[in-house]
Amino acid sequence: MAIMTYRRALHDTLRDEMLRDERVLLLGEEIGVFEGSYKITAGLLEEFGPRRVRDTPIAEEGFTGAAIGAAMLGLRPVVEIMTINFSLLALDQIVNHAAKIYGMFGGQASVPLVIRTPGGGGQQLGATHSQNVELYYAFVPGLKVVAPSTPADARALLQAAIRDDDPVLFLENLALYNTKGDVPDDLPPAPIGRARVTREGRDLTLIGYSRTAHVAAQVADQLAASEGLDIEVVDLMSLRPLDRATIVASVRKTHAAVVLEDDWLTYGIGAEVAATISDGAFDDLDAPVRRVAMAEVPLPYAKPLETAALPSTDDVIAAIYQTLDAVGRRHLKVGHD
Amino acid sequence: MIEITMPRLSDTMEEGTIATWHKHPGDHVRVGDILVEIETDKAVMEYEAYDNGVLSEILVSEGQTVPIGAPIALLDGTGASHQASVPAPSGAVASSAGPAPAETPLAAPPPPPPPPTLEPSTAADRLVASPLVRRLAREQHLDLRDVRGTGPGGRIVRRDLTEMLESRSQIHEAFTELRGPAVVVTDEKRGSEAVPVTSTRRVIARRMSESARTVPHFYATAVADAGPLVRMRRELNAQLAAVSRPKVSVNDLVVKACALALREHPGVNSSYVDDTSTTMLVHRRINIGVAVASQHGLVVPVITDADQRTVTDIGAETHRLMARAEERRLTVEDMSGGTFTISNLGMFGVEQFTAIINPPEAAILAVGATTAEPVVVDGTVDTGYRLRYTLSSDHRVIDGALAAQFLRTLTTFLENPWTLVA
Repeated sequence: MAIMTYRRALHDTLRDEMLRDERVLLLGEEIGVFEGSYKITAGLLEEFGPRRVRDTPIAEEGFTGAAIGAAMLGLRPVVEIMTINFSLLALDQIVNHAAKIYGMFGGQASVPLVIRTPGGGGQQLGATHSQNVELYYAFVPGLKVVAPSTPADARALLQAAIRDDDPVLFLENLALYNTKGDVPDDLPPAPIGRARVTREGRDLTLIGYSRTAHVAAQVADQLAASEGLDIEVVDLMSLRPLDRATIVASVRKTHAAVVLEDDWLTYGIGAEVAATISDGAFDDLDAPVRRVAMAEVPLPYAKPLETAALPSTDDVIAAIYQTLDAVGRRHLKVGHD
Repeated sequence: MIEITMPRLSDTMEEGTIATWHKHPGDHVRVGDILVEIETDKAVMEYEAYDNGVLSEILVSEGQTVPIGAPIALLDGTGASHQASVPAPSGAVASSAGPAPAETPLAAPPPPPPPPTLEPSTAADRLVASPLVRRLAREQHLDLRDVRGTGPGGRIVRRDLTEMLESRSQIHEAFTELRGPAVVVTDEKRGSEAVPVTSTRRVIARRMSESARTVPHFYATAVADAGPLVRMRRELNAQLAAVSRPKVSVNDLVVKACALALREHPGVNSSYVDDTSTTMLVHRRINIGVAVASQHGLVVPVITDADQRTVTDIGAETHRLMARAEERRLTVEDMSGGTFTISNLGMFGVEQFTAIINPPEAAILAVGATTAEPVVVDGTVDTGYRLRYTLSSDHRVIDGALAAQFLRTLTTFLENPWTLVA
């Protein structure tokens, strides 16, 4: 057991996997000599050499395609795309090739590829560098999309992603790299496609993933302390496959849900979660499912505008109050019947 | 034609017996009219009409038992029913399981339509209720039209049903005399008569069999010198009578003594959960069930927080509960949440006996009569009073020593009865 940052957990897991399996190699921009834009690959070029830690040109489509080819031929490439915004340049490779080769060619070749890439706005990086477009990949059959929120989950899911025979988009988040948590030494790979109830509660289910799972936990703790609310938190952990059973089971218990997402509202992850709840827990809902998401604008650069466009803790609390008001539980002095 | 089916009136109900039909074929029925009284495993409950119309046929006569969902009557819901307002091909309503009544609905001449009593349903009239509320209404046969919704836009939410669900659970424990099928003489040599098993009797049979079969009982009997208790009660009642206050019974004092003894031995005030559970339950509140042989059957109303009540309060509460039992008006609330039971057959002159534990409680005290008998005091025989009582314990959570310690504490309280009122 060690307390480490999310960044360190990723670094150590990459290194351990490279030591464990020599087929594992890394590709990406600035990951070698510069040690990665976010220093996830620090020291790995020195340790494993340029054959296994490959600095690439600034050409996402090219190096993603190269990684797909390597994966088809038996290697286990882990591609770092500097931010998820740049993955759009490789969209055709990811969606039309990585996701489809196994199915289209009768299972002759699988694509055991991992694409690591961070999302996250709020760093004043402008509209083209601040998006959260994991939805584009979660939409595509043939891909798996995982979105861990803690260092331990990052380790367990990165192990699982590298060892998985299908292409996995591994979503990181700029705001999570410096967060810390316990990571057990002998942590096994996590099954992909499982959500987790990270906090049990009875009043309402608060659902998030990646950064928003943190926001959810933090708001739940805050409202427990200040208002005596008993909020259940579900960390999705995997966007595809989506663990519908865990979501439904939670809402069947609490009868109300608020979904947090770091993307735009319309057609977003939250819409899929809300539809899941409607399908699986319709007769248990006492209020409509509410979603908290970004304002539907290209994210502004100016700090006050950027802050205003991103979902805040207050937005989350307001959505919780609206939902609890709708079920007749005023948010002060909440009682149980 | 609307098919009226046997409703589910309690969580544990699987079948129901028609006790009394309040409407008869040809009668006009309005929403809210009491159609029929149904005897469930717990109670006799009135069942109201949810549609307007004319009762055209009774399919299950009084005294007969059918499973939930089986058709019990047919209602010609011409006109204003809210169900009938959904355009449906005729006969489509009769889709639930169970034997479909033969041709009758088709063959019967259409009875005259009843005067419409409701406004025709329009989209604006649609009840706004959350899906959870709608499910509860379906399952519990609640009529939501009188419920005031407090959610956004007047939506009915779960909280708005709290009162209704509570009043629903007011069950009329025990049973009515069934006008059951004619008595059949089944065994001439023994002169046997088949007497219908009431639902109350069936519940007693099931619960007691289960308890005797699954709970490892052991029994420990103790005896108290009841002289001080008899004298104290005589003195106390004389003083109470002088100020026109109700008297205190031996049972009231035993309830109080048990409650105080349970407080000293919380292990007795506990429940075994099941073999797979890693925990057992120790109850913080002391709620004592008092077995009552009402004229309608055995019931066990519960005196909550008996340890915190005065003896006169326990007496008053016992009288209130016994009166409700006689009226068959005990609620689920009145009968649930017990942590220990007392069964007293002393008034019948029974000296001592053993009782079967009332699960999930862990113990029951069987109390005998206070008897005058020769006792040896300081080597000489004298007349004394003795009270005998037997604790039945669930050995899964209570060991012999704990039972013995509890009885010793109880005996101490009973032999020093002023401590009960101090």
